[in-house]
This record gives sequence, structure tokens and C-alpha cells, in this order.
Amino acid sequence: MHIRKYATVVVLLLSHLTAWAAEEAGMVKTSRGEVTVERDNRQLPAAVGTRIFSSDSVKTGPNSSVGITLRDNTLLSAGPNSTVDLTKFSFDSTTHAGTIDATVRRGTLSVISGKIAKASPEAVRFSAPGMTLGVRGTSFVIDAGP
Amino acid sequence: MLLFAVGLAGILFLGLNAQPTSTVVLLPDADGRTGAVDLRTEAASQSLDTPFASATSTSFGSFVTRTENAEAVRQRYAQTLAARPNMPVSFVLQFEFGSSQDVTPAFQPVLQQLLAALAGYPAPDITVIGHTDRVGSLPDNDRLSLQRAQTVRDLLIQAGVDPSMITIAGRGEREPAVPTADEIAQAENRRVEINLR
Repeated sequence: MHIRKYATVVVLLLSHLTAWAAEEAGMVKTSRGEVTVERDNRQLPAAVGTRIFSSDSVKTGPNSSVGITLRDNTLLSAGPNSTVDLTKFSFDSTTHAGTIDATVRRGTLSVISGKIAKASPEAVRFSAPGMTLGVRGTSFVIDAGP
Repeated sequence: MLLFAVGLAGILFLGLNAQPTSTVVLLPDADGRTGAVDLRTEAASQSLDTPFASATSTSFGSFVTRTENAEAVRQRYAQTLAARPNMPVSFVLQFEFGSSQDVTPAFQPVLQQLLAALAGYPAPDITVIGHTDRVGSLPDNDRLSLQRAQTVRDLLIQAGVDPSMITIAGRGEREPAVPTADEIAQAENRRVEINLR
């Protein structure tokens, strides 16, 4: 009886741990100047090859830029003095179901939408100060104001 | 004096309620076509669907739209656009009917093309995506497509590709290269796509 109870607790703990592990969203493909990723309140350098996870925030300094390819082939690039939160990312490579929720807090972000936007455009949302964007395709730049 | 007070109150009111502003510019795709985006503030919505159309939200929550000069856009966002990752590229291999093992003889030239292309991709990652035709059930085809992807992954590793670069996926019969009715055997649909990005 006790054993079964403990087993249930362990299974619950394990399932929570898996839920905590953020989903891998993509990879840094270009990086110039001062580029960092904020993850769990820590600042990490974001060189080419750095993996990006759901709920990461990416920052660039003056004269800096970064390019990220997401797992659904969405291409993102941020210009100088930019902060972009990848609030949510999920992608099922079998069904192409998924979610993208990203916010440009400051600076600029160019987007070429990928497989999620093609399969379910309503699941892709970008935000910038004062507005939100729905994406029917494909290529655009978001400039987060003055 | 009263007018001044009303004016001041108005300015304060607007100031307190002022929305932050942003701009979106729609760009043409690489193939020359142009997509569309739907923008929304608390007060208004605006769609853009022509090349270099832009919309700027105002502090009142409305939009100002215009068609921008292409060159001016390229200059204004030069650093942002220069940082774009390479467009992903795909290579396709065909399989024999019902088989997860037998790639067609076209494998070697495709492999050579892939290895040549790898050099142009910084921190490359490869997704090997299996597909089937529409003969058989959806779950069976999911399994078969994943087995095809595994076969190709193993061939890539044998050819010297770093295993940590490769992920596999099976799309089953969901994405036929040639659309057919269910239960139709179609050679072009029995394939694996190697997506390099």
C-alpha cells in the first residue's frame, strides 16, 4: 500500500520534471557583437550553435545582431539593441501542430514564417509594443517603435 | 483659463492613455510572392498584403499605413536582414514500395550534394523526414515513415555526418509529394526528405 503511494508520488514528480524541461525551439545560426540569451534569470552568451529553448529571451547590444532558425524552419533575426522574448514554442514534427508566441520588446525582428504558420496560422502570434500580429505568411519586419 | 485647464486635462488624459507604437513592414518572399499579416491594437485592426506595405500603430491605437520604398526598407533594416539565417534546403530520396530499407540508387549523388551544401551552413542541423504513399493505415505509415528516416540517418552517419546534428521525424502519409486518393501506390510519395538548416 505504502509502496504504491510512493510510486505514485515518484511518477507525479517525474512527470512534473518533464513538464519543467523547456522544449528546444531552435539554434543560433548567426551572431555578431554582443548577443546574450536570458534563461532562468541567467545571462548566457549566444554564439553560433547555441540552442534556444521555449521561454528564452534573446538580447543584442549596439551594432550587434543574431539569427535563429526554429525547429519548424521559421527564420528569425534581430538587429541592434533588441530584446525578443520567445514566450512559447512547441512543434510536433509528425503533425506540424505547434505554437509560436514571441514578443519584440525593443529593437527589430525580421521573420520568415515556417511550418507551424503554414499548418495552423492561428497558432502563431508575434507581439510588439502596442500591437499583436497574426501571420498568414511569410516575410516581414517588426520594428518596436521609437 | 478654463480652456487652458480643459486642454491640460485633455493632454494629461491622452498622455496617460497613450499606447506605445510599433511598425510592421511586409516583405516579398524569396519566390517573389508576398504573404499577409493581420495587425491588431486595442482599438483597431489592419491587414497588410502587398510588398513593402507598412503599418505604424499610433498612440491612440489606430494605424497609419503606407507603401514604403524598397531600398529605404533594406537600408533601415540592413543589419537585421543581414543577420538572417540561411534558407533551409531539402534533398529528396525515394524508397521502394513498402520498404524501409531500400533506398533507390539515387542516394549517392544526393549524399554528395548534401555534403557539399553542409559547408555553407554554420552550426548545421539536419532533420530527416520520412514520408509514405497512402497505401495502408495512418499509424502503419507513421511507423514506416519513421523507419525510412532511421535508415537514412544511419546512411548519413556512415558517410561521416556528426550524429548530434541529426534529428528524425516521420510524417506518415500526411504530406504527399503528389496528392492521391487513399490506398493509391505512388512512387514519388515513398520518400525521405533531408532538410538542412
